[in-house]
Amino acid sequence: MQFIKNRLTYLFGSTKGLILVAVAMIAMTTALFGMLSGPMAEMGIRDVVVRTLGMDLQPAEREGRIVILYHAIAMAVVAIEVYMITGLLKMRAFFKTATRVLVTVGYWLAMIFGLLFAYWGHNWAFHGLYITGLSLIFFAGVLLTIALWPWDKAYYQPDAAYARTRGGLDLERTAFFATALTTVISAVFGAVPGAYFGNGFEVFLAENVIRLPEKTTMQYSIIGHLHIMLALIAIMLTLIIGRWLDFKGILHKIAMPLMILGTIVLNLGVWGVVTPLEPIAHMIIYVGATPAMLGALMLVIYGWDKLIREGVTGMEKPSGWQKLKSLLRDPLRFGPLWQMVFMNFTVSGVGIFFAVRLDEIVRLWPHREERIELTGHWHVLSAIIATIILLYYGDIIGLRGKLRQWYGWAIIILSNLAFASVTILELKRLFISEATQQPLVNTLMILIDFGLGMLLVVLAIVLIWRLFDLFKAKGRWTEEATHELSAEVVK
Amino acid sequence: MKHPLFITAIAMLLSLASCAPVDLDAPAPVYDTGVDPSAWASVPAGEFLSGQHNEPITIDYDYEIMVTDVTVAQYVDFLNAALASGEIKLSGDAAMGYYPGDPYHGAKHEIRIDPGDYLLVPLNDPASRFTFDGQQFAAKPGWENHPMTNVSWFGARAYCGYYGWRLPSELEWEKAARGTDGRAYPWGNEITRQHANFYASRDPFEDMRTFGSRTTPVGFYNGKSYDGFQTVDAASPYGLYDMAGNVWQWVGDVQVQPGFSDRLMHGGSKDTYDMDLRVWVRNSAPPMYYSPGVGFRCAR
Repeated sequence: MQFIKNRLTYLFGSTKGLILVAVAMIAMTTALFGMLSGPMAEMGIRDVVVRTLGMDLQPAEREGRIVILYHAIAMAVVAIEVYMITGLLKMRAFFKTATRVLVTVGYWLAMIFGLLFAYWGHNWAFHGLYITGLSLIFFAGVLLTIALWPWDKAYYQPDAAYARTRGGLDLERTAFFATALTTVISAVFGAVPGAYFGNGFEVFLAENVIRLPEKTTMQYSIIGHLHIMLALIAIMLTLIIGRWLDFKGILHKIAMPLMILGTIVLNLGVWGVVTPLEPIAHMIIYVGATPAMLGALMLVIYGWDKLIREGVTGMEKPSGWQKLKSLLRDPLRFGPLWQMVFMNFTVSGVGIFFAVRLDEIVRLWPHREERIELTGHWHVLSAIIATIILLYYGDIIGLRGKLRQWYGWAIIILSNLAFASVTILELKRLFISEATQQPLVNTLMILIDFGLGMLLVVLAIVLIWRLFDLFKAKGRWTEEATHELSAEVVK
Repeated sequence: MKHPLFITAIAMLLSLASCAPVDLDAPAPVYDTGVDPSAWASVPAGEFLSGQHNEPITIDYDYEIMVTDVTVAQYVDFLNAALASGEIKLSGDAAMGYYPGDPYHGAKHEIRIDPGDYLLVPLNDPASRFTFDGQQFAAKPGWENHPMTNVSWFGARAYCGYYGWRLPSELEWEKAARGTDGRAYPWGNEITRQHANFYASRDPFEDMRTFGSRTTPVGFYNGKSYDGFQTVDAASPYGLYDMAGNVWQWVGDVQVQPGFSDRLMHGGSKDTYDMDLRVWVRNSAPPMYYSPGVGFRCAR
């Protein structure tokens, strides 16, 4: 009994255990439900999975299933961010415990019962438990926002090396607070239309109505919700990575006000789509996104500069090559920042190009081509967020030496290969005709599947290792049970 | 750094391999499906369940709709006749026809379509299944009974109008495809590779290593076996074939919302996954768009 109690205490009572459980849940969900679409469907694997597991996939309910699947995975990602925030930032013990309990129970309920409801017939009790799960996560968000309240003097920043006001208000904590608060508010923009459309399973995917010039307020609300939630998850992760890397100095002092301003304006723009401000909402969003992205750029410069400086310590006049080697010597610290840069080529850059050339190019294509671009766009962003978490997770579980190199570089290279291929797939109509595209599509699909498939294999290896570790009396888990992320910030 | 370089080199090699030219005129099997492309089906007035969420809609008149998509052979007959009578003309690399224009609302992203001549079909697109020698149009051998593709919405409209018919409205198309019982596909709620021509459906016309999926002859999925490829009779409740898969089909609605200049298509195609074959799924494109995966049928 003590054997099980100790393991459960680690898995559900420690930051690292909670993160491990959530990563495993996401990995299993991704692996299973990834077999229902794309090349897996082409190869007939979907049919086998559906038959074997007794799934009930009604054609009219596909969109509803997908919305629940996205939420199931996203809630686990949100939970991981909550664990990281509560492990990195100071807060009262009650808030830390209560937030973690709510978000954990919430994402388990949402994930398990949401997917059971969506893929195995409609047991409405399961739907109720799914909604209960989402509600608990919402309340966890409210508690977290209260816990992060930056105007409590106990959390003022005493160190002048970090961004703070003259009075000592911690601007980094304020950025966390602003992101948490706007996330909770933005969740409402999904909850209200969710209740409206979900009642009777009459949901829709935003990419399917993108071309209609007239959309209802509820449709705008959904479109705004899905954009802002992903953006806020990304912003929160940027802040988390910044805290892990002990982001400070002049760049920190410039970045944090930019992050706060960007987050608030970005949200105002997105919320504005359901108001008469809709015609200028996009402009407000651009105005908000720019400082937020500049803030992230400051973090990249700081993090890479720190890596290089540490690597060339002791060298009198390091050459460019030596600096490059220093930069690349630790993939787990280089990687998250590189992924943020890479995102600009595969997500932001593509999005801006399509927005700028929408009428001249994109709207001359069929809607389906635009849909491919839209779904590719946010799938890549979601997956980049996941890889950044995995790279940080590699450090959290203490990977060292060759293992650290292999794990880190595998994630970076495999994901970049896949994401670059997705980007080419999105843009293919610019340089190849529909009639002659098949060999290119085949190659891209191989690269995408190879990249993502091998990435999942790497993750599976790590998770299996961690599973075996749990059976050891003095496994790594015993050390992790007492370690807190705040004590492992890169100094 | 050896491994990243190795992977990059492999990726580049694969990319180069993907640049191999595609033979758009690669030989295709020739089958007589036994389905008459000049046949019409009657759809009686009455209520049916429309859209993904089965909203009851009434069409209060009887109408007829073609049993199959318009074939290449039928369309080249039209082109030759209309060219001879002066109803269409040649301009550069296109056959052009007159269109009276759309109302313009100045909406965001709206394309202005004024009265004038617009492209019906391109003349020199290698993906087309017809040829033009400067005088006469002709179907490429073996493709006569395949659906006419590479035809714009203007070209589809011109064909139907030439014979005194019209493109079906979106609702007419949907009712003809699914009948009155709210089914997802013309034949029911399940889809297999024997029901329709969609992406990677492994029909005898497909080679995913090279040219990918190609059209099947109209009425192909009628329960017959073609050199061992067994099909299911996938006709709609009113006896229409290919209402799911093979080619997207233009429908006639103009400006389904003020400022929406795209034209709608339904049915999915040889190039889409099965999810797009659900009868309510919409695709759309500007009316001058043409593609090897888009065709049409007429109503009257």
